[in-house]
Amino acid sequence: MPNKSNKMKFLVPLISVFLGLLIGGIIMLISGYQPVEAYVALFQGIFGGSYYFGETIRQMSPLILSGLAVAFAFRTGLFNIGVEGQLLVGWLAAVYVGIFVDAPAIIHIPLAVLAAGVAGALWGSVPGILKARFKVHEVITTIMMNYIALYTTNEIIRNYMLAPGERTENIKESASLASPFLQSITEYSTLHFGIIVALIAAVIMWFLLWRTTLGYELRAVGFNQHASQYAGINVSKNIVLSMAISGAFAGIAGSMEGLGTYQYMTINAGFTGVGFDGIAVALLGANSAIGVILGAALFGGLKIGALNMQSIAGVPTELIGVVIALIIFFVACSYLVHWLMNRVNRGGKI
Amino acid sequence: MSFMDILALIIPAAIVSAAPLIFTALGGVFSERSGVVNIGLEGLMLFGAFTGAVTIYYGEQFGLNGAAPWVSFVVAMIVGALFASIHAVASISLKADQVVSGVAINFLAAGLAIFLTKKIFNAGQTPVISERISKSNIPYLSDIPVIGKLFFTNAYLTSYLAVFVALIVWYVLYKTPFGLRLRSVGEHPMAADTMGINVKKMRYIGVLLSGALAGLGGAVYVASISGNFTHSTITGQGFMALAAMIFGKWHPLGALGAALFFGLAQAISISGAQIPGLQDIPKVFLLIAPYVLTILALAGLVGRADAPKALGTPYEKGKR
Repeated sequence: MPNKSNKMKFLVPLISVFLGLLIGGIIMLISGYQPVEAYVALFQGIFGGSYYFGETIRQMSPLILSGLAVAFAFRTGLFNIGVEGQLLVGWLAAVYVGIFVDAPAIIHIPLAVLAAGVAGALWGSVPGILKARFKVHEVITTIMMNYIALYTTNEIIRNYMLAPGERTENIKESASLASPFLQSITEYSTLHFGIIVALIAAVIMWFLLWRTTLGYELRAVGFNQHASQYAGINVSKNIVLSMAISGAFAGIAGSMEGLGTYQYMTINAGFTGVGFDGIAVALLGANSAIGVILGAALFGGLKIGALNMQSIAGVPTELIGVVIALIIFFVACSYLVHWLMNRVNRGGKI
Repeated sequence: MSFMDILALIIPAAIVSAAPLIFTALGGVFSERSGVVNIGLEGLMLFGAFTGAVTIYYGEQFGLNGAAPWVSFVVAMIVGALFASIHAVASISLKADQVVSGVAINFLAAGLAIFLTKKIFNAGQTPVISERISKSNIPYLSDIPVIGKLFFTNAYLTSYLAVFVALIVWYVLYKTPFGLRLRSVGEHPMAADTMGINVKKMRYIGVLLSGALAGLGGAVYVASISGNFTHSTITGQGFMALAAMIFGKWHPLGALGAALFFGLAQAISISGAQIPGLQDIPKVFLLIAPYVLTILALAGLVGRADAPKALGTPYEKGKR
């Protein structure tokens, strides 16, 4: 029944989003807000003008990349919760190249993005090596690596790159992804060229997974490690590679912040949250490149729309965090959605 | 500054920062020993901190005075268990991916706690409480030379409660039939099922207990350390407790020792500047020490840490 499972692939996320928004509405109702007014404000905050549209797309670029990072590792049967840490390391590397290297933009930008990717890949490959060599579960090591990244990047900024305001200096003009043109057509939003980098990355992920031998091996390891081993695939090598590539996507997500949105890196008191959102994006997008783009569009939109929802309907933006959490729950509990669907179907027939 | 002065500075501070970690890590032991991964400890602890802060604040209004923090501990345990029941339903009954469900718990707790704080207090944080758990000397024990000064002077009662609870958890897990059943469900659920143990029920109990203890950990953090709840009150303590549990090899007393050790690292990173010899060590090494050590422990470089066998796999009756 390939058709039915294909249908479910679309239905589960759609129903999950619906249920998430529904329960979010109920929470608003119980706490004395106007859910209809709030959701109208939310959607106006996403589509109500080119400024909001620009902001949504800007928000999407790191989300797409962190979603790709999680999804790529998932395909090899690995759960990369360390996107947050790899993102910080990539952010720092991109800003470092942006500040200390002199080059024309045509070289400088790719170099900075590449540096971010390499830094993320190195950071990501550590849990990969630990998994391949010592059979340590990657979930725990990636969480630990997140904190190591947070404190280490802060320390490096504090000691070597500090500028007034608990941050680094601005990157050079030649490394910047910011675009006056894109800003001017979106009523001066913070939109930058990063979205192009993100979309290219999505194509690369699709091509790698589905059009190369490496991708075939990676997916085979994800389906069944023992069978892959038996077929002569080097499982250890694939685990390390998968984590490295996943980390590279995450690192480039960091360069979106460093080269695009902020143009510098701050001393972070806590995590950015983009890496954790990547888990939600990948889950919702069923770990496919196109799904990740759609998932990032939804969550990026929700996050930007939430600002309008707060100013018009007075609902705290955190409600959207709750809705996103609920959506993750329902996608994770697809068992429940299947069960509900069966009940509804049966009810319709009888 | 003499060596004794240094110890007198660090050890009480270490025990204070360790207490919330100990409670939460013990919660993790219950859940993971029953076979359910609980990445959601962070969120459960966060929601416990929120519940604790709110309960103490209103407890003060109702004139509970010194009893307010203790009432809040009970409330936070109940709320924590209720919150954990979401994780239990998702990962045990609905067979969701336990890690994903845990991640969702973290999102949900963070979002909901701040949302409710803003709704109730119209501000980003709860009011600072005045009824904290206060420092006190333990009668008699504080008179013991050397040890008394280090361990029983100017200490919080909650810290000793934490150590005591760790001993209870050890007794329950290793010396009672209930503990044997809980551990067997985490090692080999099918064998346990064959012996007539209700796998789902045991796992539910494990997860709910983890929620109660993590909630308690959060409330203790508010009552003894932070004094109110903001978005930055719980940032990583839950994950550090998770690390302590693993570093302690999924054993209650191991978790206790690891949490004390991580507390020591935190205490040194805070007050290290006053200590000769430690001033020169960059703070960052102390900050990352718990995480690096956990990774090394898992890699088998600091004693091998093996997870319960059935950890992370939902149990399906009749599945081979």
